[in-house]
Amino acid sequence: MSTLLEVSGVSVTFDGFRAINNLSFQIGKAEMRAIIGPNGAGKTTFMDIVTGKTRPDEGRVIWGDKSVSLLKMSEAQIARAGVGRKFQRPTVFEDQSVFDNLLLALKKDRNPFSVLFYKRGPSDTEKVHTLAEQIGLTDHLPRKSGELSHGQKQWLEIGMLLAQEPQLLLVDEPAAGMTPEEREHTTSILVEAAKTRAVVVVEHDMEFVRRLNCKVTVLHEGSVLAEGSLDHVTSNQEVIDVYLGR
Amino acid sequence: MSKSLFARNPSVLIFLACLALFTLGVTALSEALGTGLISTSFVKTLGKTLCLCLIAIAMDLVWGYTGILSLGHFAFFGLGGYMIGMWLMYERTRDIIVTSMANNDIPPTPQEVTDAIGNQIFGVVGSSDFPVIWAFSHSLTLQLVLVVAVPGLLALVFGWLAFRSRVTGVYLSILTQAMTLALALFLFQNDSGLRGNNGLSGLQNLPGLDAVPQATVSLWFLWASALALGLGYLFAAWVVSGKFGSVLRGIRDDEARVRFLGYSVETYKLFIFTVTAIIAGIAGALYYPQAGIINPAEIAPIASIYLAVWVAIGGRGRLYGAVIGAAFVSLVSTWFTGGQVPSIPLGFYTIDWVDWWLVLLGLSFVLVTLFAPRGIGGLFDYWTNGRPPNRHGQDLGPGAGALQEKEADA
Repeated sequence: MSTLLEVSGVSVTFDGFRAINNLSFQIGKAEMRAIIGPNGAGKTTFMDIVTGKTRPDEGRVIWGDKSVSLLKMSEAQIARAGVGRKFQRPTVFEDQSVFDNLLLALKKDRNPFSVLFYKRGPSDTEKVHTLAEQIGLTDHLPRKSGELSHGQKQWLEIGMLLAQEPQLLLVDEPAAGMTPEEREHTTSILVEAAKTRAVVVVEHDMEFVRRLNCKVTVLHEGSVLAEGSLDHVTSNQEVIDVYLGR
Repeated sequence: MSKSLFARNPSVLIFLACLALFTLGVTALSEALGTGLISTSFVKTLGKTLCLCLIAIAMDLVWGYTGILSLGHFAFFGLGGYMIGMWLMYERTRDIIVTSMANNDIPPTPQEVTDAIGNQIFGVVGSSDFPVIWAFSHSLTLQLVLVVAVPGLLALVFGWLAFRSRVTGVYLSILTQAMTLALALFLFQNDSGLRGNNGLSGLQNLPGLDAVPQATVSLWFLWASALALGLGYLFAAWVVSGKFGSVLRGIRDDEARVRFLGYSVETYKLFIFTVTAIIAGIAGALYYPQAGIINPAEIAPIASIYLAVWVAIGGRGRLYGAVIGAAFVSLVSTWFTGGQVPSIPLGFYTIDWVDWWLVLLGLSFVLVTLFAPRGIGGLFDYWTNGRPPNRHGQDLGPGAGALQEKEADA
């Protein structure tokens, strides 16, 4: 399986605190991966590095078939290259309708002039409706997204990610604050998405990770502690010591 | 689904109709073409107010929709005024000089004419040579290009530097204040080339049209201002109604999210900053011929702060709110500072509104911000769609087992 994203030897220091320490990580083109680890293990910082929000002090981040480095690109360029990111808290544009939120995210030319003269055709409307169906928000398209429940906002944000048609999805704690039924739905959306692209899920909740049924990477103090199936890593003594045993 | 601009925004048509009615009404009551109920000076005040409404729309685009609190847009307004003022002053002075020199025994050479004009214009700052920046002042077309180009370029360069460094929020506001202050201080200098603190004057006289009474000229400018405001409103409504407006509001509400969607936030900010600076320049170019004089005090930092106050009181994030705010506050301000409001004797102290008006304005700004963040324009919501529910801090999920927002934060 060819590699989509390769992070190697990356380190970041914030005011003397080493948030990421010689971290290496890779993921294939259609793969689901869960990242777990205690608070402060560097999970969010890892996402910040991949999406261009934080620049590492050293190391390489190599992307795609052409093996381009993501380190020289801006956040927007990385997003256009095919990395979608979901934040921990649901961040949707609350003042705008669900429809507009999805339309905004659709993969299109992002240049201000083409956006200014953009005219919505039937195919785009169709795409938005398909996405809404996928995330179960068809009935809520005309509503302002600020009126949605927390779980619905999370799905909307996942829908916006899918609308970008990214090759890699980075999802930060998608199941936080959800009911069991909502978690079920979220799992199925993510599993479905991982069939055609790479999905990285950062999650605290072991039960949710188990349901994703994928390879797990355990982070601790900014580097990879263990990697493998959930059963494999949870039986690792080091992992039990730093994380599970507490 | 794809309805026309007007069908999606009925307020645009209502606004344009009101503007047309207003213009017709003023024309019918003016001294030049109507009953004379409205004095020429008041026609000018109304025309100027329309220009202020236009810059308020620009401010609303940049602040209300995009969330960039620019406190420097009056610099662009003033620059637009200076650019048109240069042509008006040059051309009118030339007319006067040529007329007076026509009586000379020897016809004057072009050089003599130019020198005489220079002497006439710059004598007040102890100079007689034309500065380089007056190179195009003989041509109306070129100066009209500069009305758009100079504010646009300044905004482009300033915005590029500021947005590229990701300066946001209050720091950007301070930076824009510094820009307008620096520009004002520069223009205050006698050797700035724009007559220092004297500014440019006599702008109400259109060159070659001395025979036309001011009553008529004031109407022409009222019509031009109304047309510019109407077109500016249409343009702004078009910009904010589509996907572009969606991006702008996204930037206002969550800049990082827009960036991670792949939009270059800095480019969008630069675009809207520059476009609104150009609108401000056009508004200024229509305003100052009606005011008759422009000097550097016009672009003092406080002017841009007033602009923000108008938009806040009118209701930001909606175009008609900005117009209402600018028209209402500037007209009321004219009324209060004109000394027409009776003073209130309190026995121990007399409230003189010329002095106390600013206190009243400041107080109403604070009150609007605290109690009516939607401003005057927000009143319209009561009869259109009511208020959206505020769901912050409610149950997160639909089920009873759902976590509360507080818990989810942990």
